[in-house]
Amino acid sequence: MQPYNLGKPNLQAFADTLLELAENDPDILAVTSDSRGSARLGYFGKQRPQQIIEMGIAEQNLVGVSAGLAAAGKKVFAVSPACFLTTRSLEQIKNDIAYSDQPVKVVGISAGVSYGALGTTHHSLHDLAALQAFYNIDIVVPADNFETEQAVRQAAQHPRPVYLRFGKKAMPDLHAPGTQFTIGKAILLREGADVAFIAIGETVHPALLAADRLAAQGITSSVLSLHTLRPLDEEAILETVQNCRALVTVEEHSVNGGLGSRVASLLMQHSLFRPMRIVGIPDAYTITGSQVEVFDYYGISAEGLAGTAIALLERNSDERRQS
Amino acid sequence: MDIATLEFKSIQYRRSILTMIKEAGAGHTGGSLSCVDILNVLYNHVMKVNPGNFRSPDRDRYIHSKGHSVEALYTVLTDCGFFPAEDLKTFCKLGSHYVGHPTRKVNGIEQNTGALGHGLSVAVGLALAAKINGQGYRVFTTMGDGELTEGSIWEASMSAAHYKLDNLAVIVDRNTLQITGRTESVMTLEPLADRFRAFGFALREVDGNNLSDLVEVFDQLPFQIGKPSLVLAHTTKGKGISFIENAVDWHHHVPSDAEMGIALAELSQAEANWQATYATV
Repeated sequence: MQPYNLGKPNLQAFADTLLELAENDPDILAVTSDSRGSARLGYFGKQRPQQIIEMGIAEQNLVGVSAGLAAAGKKVFAVSPACFLTTRSLEQIKNDIAYSDQPVKVVGISAGVSYGALGTTHHSLHDLAALQAFYNIDIVVPADNFETEQAVRQAAQHPRPVYLRFGKKAMPDLHAPGTQFTIGKAILLREGADVAFIAIGETVHPALLAADRLAAQGITSSVLSLHTLRPLDEEAILETVQNCRALVTVEEHSVNGGLGSRVASLLMQHSLFRPMRIVGIPDAYTITGSQVEVFDYYGISAEGLAGTAIALLERNSDERRQS
Repeated sequence: MDIATLEFKSIQYRRSILTMIKEAGAGHTGGSLSCVDILNVLYNHVMKVNPGNFRSPDRDRYIHSKGHSVEALYTVLTDCGFFPAEDLKTFCKLGSHYVGHPTRKVNGIEQNTGALGHGLSVAVGLALAAKINGQGYRVFTTMGDGELTEGSIWEASMSAAHYKLDNLAVIVDRNTLQITGRTESVMTLEPLADRFRAFGFALREVDGNNLSDLVEVFDQLPFQIGKPSLVLAHTTKGKGISFIENAVDWHHHVPSDAEMGIALAELSQAEANWQATYATV
């Protein structure tokens, strides 16, 4: 069990990668809603003032203008806090980008409960559910700096609309050197036979920590970083679940309509049944606190996830004894 | 294109709009008849866009923000050769690309519209890209007046002025009616010209159903260097058919057989009047 090296916030990795891309491609544009500071794009703005477009605090216009810029051939990253971008301008994302097939990269920053202490106004726990119901926008939620950098590079060249979702806390490096990242292909970080963790975004780290904790008790875990929710890597999910006795999905999102319910739907339709728990933010008034505190409260932690896994495995054993 | 030809086209366009709506049993009659003269002048006189240059990065761009008046747009586009008129027989039929609001599946259409308050933002993005790239194309969008209560219109207006988009021309189809009734009774828009001026537009008012007036105003674009232009086009909803003009119920009413007969007769009379006027010249 190796401790993970602490990297930078995924938002910073996004900003650094975007600057590098912009230096080599004048068509790259960042469009912001008084959000360049939150997006770590302040330095980008100083280095590439011609490639950052300020829209003021007007998310609907930000998305519509981004669609127009993309229609004219620009490679547009529309950047705004996920909580506002995917609610206030949801109709613009649906019609101006997805339906009109304008390949804008919609970038939800400080997503999930990154702004955990600021209250529900600043949480985005609905965005994956909402965007999954729109045809024609891919959804990518990187787990660490490596996934972020790769996702941003590939998104810039991606011919379709993409939603990218980043948090603001420094993230550990989770991947071994030489790992391949492709939008739409999940990454199996750990392979075991007892429990499978399928996690997305910044919950992959606690899933790995839970796997480490379980290993110490002789329980082996698979951990799948499902960074892309659309297109869904169905093959990787089915194979990972097939090889384990129990399944825990983990997401920084409402338990309704996100990763867990998508995976459950897939498994049911393939008649692949395992004891399963969807761990995320429950359907209740959301507690406030730092991201880590909120994660701990809802069991998105090494201890919480390990406990959930053990309970599932015990239930599985009980049911087998009874049958 | 001379005014006589434009006027003749407007009569034919009205016939096409009504026929399309009648055959489909659906459509937005009043708004299409109010804005069709604007589209006529834009496509036949003002804009540099045609089927031959539609994929060129330097073409002028048109965004139909009042997407529900799609019948007017289809009519003008087919007349300009973007697709065969025969295609319009599938209007609103299962699986047709000729949907009740514009989509990019139809040749000549730049952006899917229909949800109100979206077109201006997209037009701002297109115009801004031209400024960034140093391209000379212009961008046009037509908004309905009922649409102007959408807050996004005013967000977009601020950005058009902020970025000094004098390559952008916004047309307001000011027919003073919306689905519920008079725009001023639904939600006060006036003083509309002052409001747009205050948001940074250079503005001209025009009779939006008068082809020579429209030509004269559009020929003055941009109205002021460094400012987006706004054409406040005073129109008559349902223009050209006596019993449809200024009638709230005709927002999306479909003509009966009898009404269709009267409407087509009125258009035939308009055509006869046109012949009489221009045959003597």
